[in-house]
Amino acid sequence: MARVTVRFFARYAELTGCETAAVLVPGSSATVGDVLTRVRETVPGARSLPPRLLAALNLRQVKHDAIVKDGDEVALLPPLSGG
Amino acid sequence: MTHLVTQRLTVDALLAEVEGPERGGTCVFLGTVRREDDVTGIEYSAYDQMAIAEIERMLGEARERWPEARVALQHRLGLIPVGEASIAIAAAAPHRDAAFAACRYVIEEVKKRLPIWKKELHADGSATWVDPSGKPVAGGLRDR
Repeated sequence: MARVTVRFFARYAELTGCETAAVLVPGSSATVGDVLTRVRETVPGARSLPPRLLAALNLRQVKHDAIVKDGDEVALLPPLSGG
Repeated sequence: MTHLVTQRLTVDALLAEVEGPERGGTCVFLGTVRREDDVTGIEYSAYDQMAIAEIERMLGEARERWPEARVALQHRLGLIPVGEASIAIAAAAPHRDAAFAACRYVIEEVKKRLPIWKKELHADGSATWVDPSGKPVAGGLRDR
C-alpha cells in the first residue's frame, strides 16, 4: 500500500473541515484519481467537494491519471485566483 | 528574493533585482485590490510551497524565452485593503519589447497557475471566495 498525504486549501478546507488527511491506496499503480476516490470515501465532508477537481502532485498540477507512490503529497486546488 | 510576503509591496526592492546598465527598458506591473460593491478588502491565502515552486518555474521560463531580460515577482498574502497591491512584477531588458513581453508572460502565467486564493470581505462582515472561472458554484462563491 502507498500512504499519500492529501492537502485541502481555501474553500475546500472549509468544506472538508480539515487541511490534511492521509489515505492508503494500492501500491504500484494507484493514481491521483484513486486517491480522490479514497478521499471522498473516508474524509468527512469530502462528499460535498465538486465532481471535477484541480489536483497537484508533489507541487505540480497533474491530471487524475498520474501515478502516485508512497510518501507523495496530493493537493486539491479550488479555482485559482492569484494575482 | 522572497516571493511571498505579508507586508506592503514596494516597487524599489523589485527594481533593484532587475536593474542593470545593459537593460534600458523596465516594465512594472502592479495588481491592486479594486473597490467593488461593498468589498472592504481581500484575504489572500496560498499553497505556499507550490506557489514558490511555480513562481520559480515561471521566472525560469521567462529567462529561457528572453535570456537578456530579468524578471522579479512578489505576491502579498493575508488581508489586503482596497487600493493596495497584491502582486508586483518588474521586468527589465535591453529594449522595451522584451521587457513588456516578459512582464506580460509572467502575470498571465500567474493567473493560470499560481495556487493562491482570494476571499472578498464585505462591509456587513460576510465573506465570499472568488471564482475567476465565473461558474456558479455552491458555497457562497460569486462570479468573477
